[in-house]
Amino acid sequence: MISSQRYDERIERRRRRGLIFSGLLFVATVSGLVVLITLLVDVVMQGAQWLDWDFLTRFPSRIPERAGIKSAIVGSIWMILLTAGISVPIGVASALYLEEYAPRGWFLKLIQININNLAGIPSVVYGILGLTLFVRFFALGRSLLAGALTMALLILPIIIISAQEALRAIPSGIRESAFALGATRRQVVWSHLLPMSAPSIMTGVILALSRAIGETAPLIMIGALTFIAFLPTSALDPFTVLPIQIFNWTARPQADFQSLAAAGIVILMIVLFLMNLSAILLRNHFEKYRLR
Amino acid sequence: MKRSIRHAALLFLLPVCLIAASGCGGGAVEGELSGAVQIDGSSTVYPITEAVAEEFMIAHGQARVTVGVSGTGGGFSKFLRGETDINDASRVIKSSELELASRDGIDFIELPVAYDGLVVVVHPDNDWADCLTVDELQAIWEPGSQINNWSEVRPGFPDRELALYGPGTDSGTYDYFTEAVAGESGASRSDFTASEDDNVLVQGVSGDPHALGFFGIAYYEENAERLKLLAIDDGDPENGEGCVLPTPATVENGTYAPLSRALFIYVRPVAAEQEIVREFVHFYITRARELAGEVGYVPLTAEEYDLVLERFERRVTGTMFGEEAHVGVTMRELLTRYMPAELSSGEPDSEASDSLVSQPVSE
Repeated sequence: MISSQRYDERIERRRRRGLIFSGLLFVATVSGLVVLITLLVDVVMQGAQWLDWDFLTRFPSRIPERAGIKSAIVGSIWMILLTAGISVPIGVASALYLEEYAPRGWFLKLIQININNLAGIPSVVYGILGLTLFVRFFALGRSLLAGALTMALLILPIIIISAQEALRAIPSGIRESAFALGATRRQVVWSHLLPMSAPSIMTGVILALSRAIGETAPLIMIGALTFIAFLPTSALDPFTVLPIQIFNWTARPQADFQSLAAAGIVILMIVLFLMNLSAILLRNHFEKYRLR
Repeated sequence: MKRSIRHAALLFLLPVCLIAASGCGGGAVEGELSGAVQIDGSSTVYPITEAVAEEFMIAHGQARVTVGVSGTGGGFSKFLRGETDINDASRVIKSSELELASRDGIDFIELPVAYDGLVVVVHPDNDWADCLTVDELQAIWEPGSQINNWSEVRPGFPDRELALYGPGTDSGTYDYFTEAVAGESGASRSDFTASEDDNVLVQGVSGDPHALGFFGIAYYEENAERLKLLAIDDGDPENGEGCVLPTPATVENGTYAPLSRALFIYVRPVAAEQEIVREFVHFYITRARELAGEVGYVPLTAEEYDLVLERFERRVTGTMFGEEAHVGVTMRELLTRYMPAELSSGEPDSEASDSLVSQPVSE
């Protein structure tokens, strides 16, 4: 009798606690979003008056009314395509070697520790490396290619680690059954592992490239330019990117340039969004393939 | 077959173009000036160079001028390796950089292009301070200074906490301020709020009734209603009696001493042999008076720009600022003092090429 009464009280209390707990989780989720949305609304409101077609198609200028962001947009797109082209094949190949081919032992462990550490190194250090290695030693100058190679180095650890995780998540039964049917390791990789892990690898690539598109420090280090009123025509041309242009505008004394910077931030976010969207569409495509 | 005909036609057209010198190749208005000018350096000088580059590329559609912002020091390290043609500098070249230049055999032409005044500002609610002397500034900012209250700055000031704001130690502005008030570049107390972004300093000072800060005059002009400007007394009656407020006039004539400084571009003579670089520098100096004012700096006088142009045309290499103190010396004085030798000997560069520090003409 008494115990069942207590039971009713307790279950009530437990339900209440459960509600409080889920409420806390909700607040935690929302608080981050609220800050983000406040920031977004603020930036959009400040930059809205400058956002028009002219802003997208003009080169930078000392006069806010004449200033545009064309060279920065084109530079950023070049940069991201080149960086992806360099870092994705190398990153995925490294992950495949480390997970599927490399003999287990101290050497593998050493490489693994190094990759994990590299992922945490401040980006400006990669800038110094890029300046010495690509700009000066390989004499690529202050070019898109030198910038893309530096960025590729910066995001390689992230891509390798996420690709490794993706490969590890594939049940070993899949590999074993393929081997049992007489497939070679290469065949297993191409017919099973890569298609199955592609969606997760894509997620890692999206995150890594999103980081690359917002980075300024390493590019300033290697000497990316701030004023450039023509478009690059090859990978060896000088360039600027969106974050550098935005950074330069925020440091100006005139209030109009602050608003221009806000407009630039909106453009940067749109570029980032479009990039992620296309990557997500690509991932969904692969996911369908996997289900078949 | 077709292609070879076109090539032949081009070969034929080329001399025609060269003779005509204009009107060929897609409607460029002023001749066919093309090629690249690579500029890097100070973020303070950047707005002027950007303005000039913009106008230059409007005038010469084929020119490709690029401007980077690596800071004066970062820019010099590229310039002295021959990686850029022109370096923007908000201070004169340092002796360590001079050594590097002479070791690597890199020459340079030093050309002042405008003045920048450093302003000392307080919060608008500050009703006690209108003017500070250089000695007071030095006492506040010198290394190890213990002044943390306005009443310690000058007897009679109220008992209020003193909060200091200034540019970060990597900036040329900081270097110049410390040299001007403490006598040594880079020597100051370290317990102040520092930011590389001058807009942050404006925010800081305008939000703190106890604040004292300094930064470039352009940032004051844009925020004049949120800040109170202090006059400076350098204690030298010959150079402006008593307290002097920074205005375009006092910055230009040097009475707002010692906190007005010159901004420079450094040009490599080797690069200046290319027509495009030569034309660009020429364009820079002739348009600087108008454009520097437009972006918030104080231009030199017309006479001084003439001297600067002459300095460039004669390819006078080396720095005007040797071992002697140069804070407070007028630009015209320096330019004439270091417009050397060839006037009397008729032999250009004979003096300057011997050493990177150009020698003053003996009187």
